Amino acid sequence: MKTTGKTRKYIYTITLFFIVLSGFGQMPIFKRYYISDIPGLGWLAQFYVTHIIHYVAAIVLIALVIYILFDFIFNGSGLNKITGSGYFKIVLIAGLIVSGSFMVIKNLPDIYFSHNSIIVLDLVHVSLCMMLLFVSLYTRIRKKRWVN
Amino acid sequence: MTSKISRRAFLKGSITAAGSVAAGTSIARAAKSLTSEKKEPLVTLLDISKCIGCEECVYACQEVNENKYPEPEKPFPKMYPSRVPIQDWSDKRDVIDRLTPYNWLFIQHASATVNGEEIELTIPRRCMHCDNPPCVKLCPWGALKQEENGLSRIDSDICLGGSKCNKVCPWDVPQRQTGVGIYLDLLPALAGNGVMYKCDRCYNRLEKGEVPACIEVCPEDVQTIGPKSEIIEKAHALAREMNGYIYGEHENGGTNTIYVSPVPFEQLNLSIEQGKGKPHLAKVKNMMADGTNLAKAMLIAPLAGVAAAFGKFYLSSKEDK
Ligand code: SF4
Ligand code: SF4
Repeated sequence: MKTTGKTRKYIYTITLFFIVLSGFGQMPIFKRYYISDIPGLGWLAQFYVTHIIHYVAAIVLIALVIYILFDFIFNGSGLNKITGSGYFKIVLIAGLIVSGSFMVIKNLPDIYFSHNSIIVLDLVHVSLCMMLLFVSLYTRIRKKRWVN
Repeated sequence: MTSKISRRAFLKGSITAAGSVAAGTSIARAAKSLTSEKKEPLVTLLDISKCIGCEECVYACQEVNENKYPEPEKPFPKMYPSRVPIQDWSDKRDVIDRLTPYNWLFIQHASATVNGEEIELTIPRRCMHCDNPPCVKLCPWGALKQEENGLSRIDSDICLGGSKCNKVCPWDVPQRQTGVGIYLDLLPALAGNGVMYKCDRCYNRLEKGEVPACIEVCPEDVQTIGPKSEIIEKAHALAREMNGYIYGEHENGGTNTIYVSPVPFEQLNLSIEQGKGKPHLAKVKNMMADGTNLAKAMLIAPLAGVAAAFGKFYLSSKEDK
């Protein structure tokens, strides 16, 4: 049981790292600020590469989130053990998955989203990501856990 | 310069005149069908064999879209770090041999040998208006949009000029002008660098039921615009007729711009001058295909999660017994 918890944590952390990095890579900033000049980080300025990495990381994240959710359901307990900050992060991740899913749909061929909805989706997705980063930083520093 | 002004003035007159003559003619009928044919994307067909390279379309494009061109404020705010390039075309508005923020259409020259005879070909080049446009889909600010009639365009009020659309465009189409746009009101030193510009397929003319200026003004009727299925059919018939070749139907997964040429495009591609703002004519794979395939895989992700959780539950309940 302990090991699965640890594995989950590793998968979550690695996925979060790549999904955030590739997410920021959607904006043309890594080249401007020399970050993609660092050996090994050239891919951060390649938009099609970061796009694919973002999608792959999203697939892992969605699978992981659903796995944990159903694990909770099958075990029939534990919901009351989730901490306040844990709940907050869950809401943020859910929001990221929902807004992200709409963006994936938007990118499919023959899909025309209205201009305003594209802008709102972009802003919501970025804002949720920033919030998740700050809350995650806070919980890490204060050593707050997902469950008690 | 004078000759250009008078030429422009002449063209302005000729476009207006063409507009009035157009009423009740085939153009008007075509325009009318364009507005009612909402669902199917509109596609333009360019018969390269007809183009005489007169550049009327180039000037017509400039004429009707002049009000959309950038009027940058100078001096430009200092941008950091120093590698951020200033791209200023405002003093080079006369450049018409490539795409610029002030020139959304240009004529490319190629020579080729057909039946042992050397021929010169001229090719009007502009945005291809891709079926699934990477420029639109991958802009992180949502500054671009694709309309249901298949055209894609940049909203100059939202664009920050990061030039991502240029990098993801297989044809190097969108071009940047520094010193204009909303980035000036945000953090001009640290983010953004102007606004990107490209052919918007005269969206505002289409909205009024008029055809794009470059199509209307062409004395040789090089371009035809119409519903996708009709135009594809026409393109193939034309290609058969001239024993020719098609470009744009499958490039980047399909575009709304179809060229028909008597010469293979591989040959034209070797002959044309290429570079910044001078698109190639090479084959282009579907740039968004990997994303589209992964999107399908994304549907399986939740099922995999449920299956894994159930598997774990099943195993542990078995162990308990
Ligand atoms: S040709 Fe380039 S600018 Fe035009 S729609 Fe395609 S990706 Fe966008
Ligand atoms: S469609 Fe309109 S904007 Fe595009 S090249 Fe032709 S005239 Fe210019």
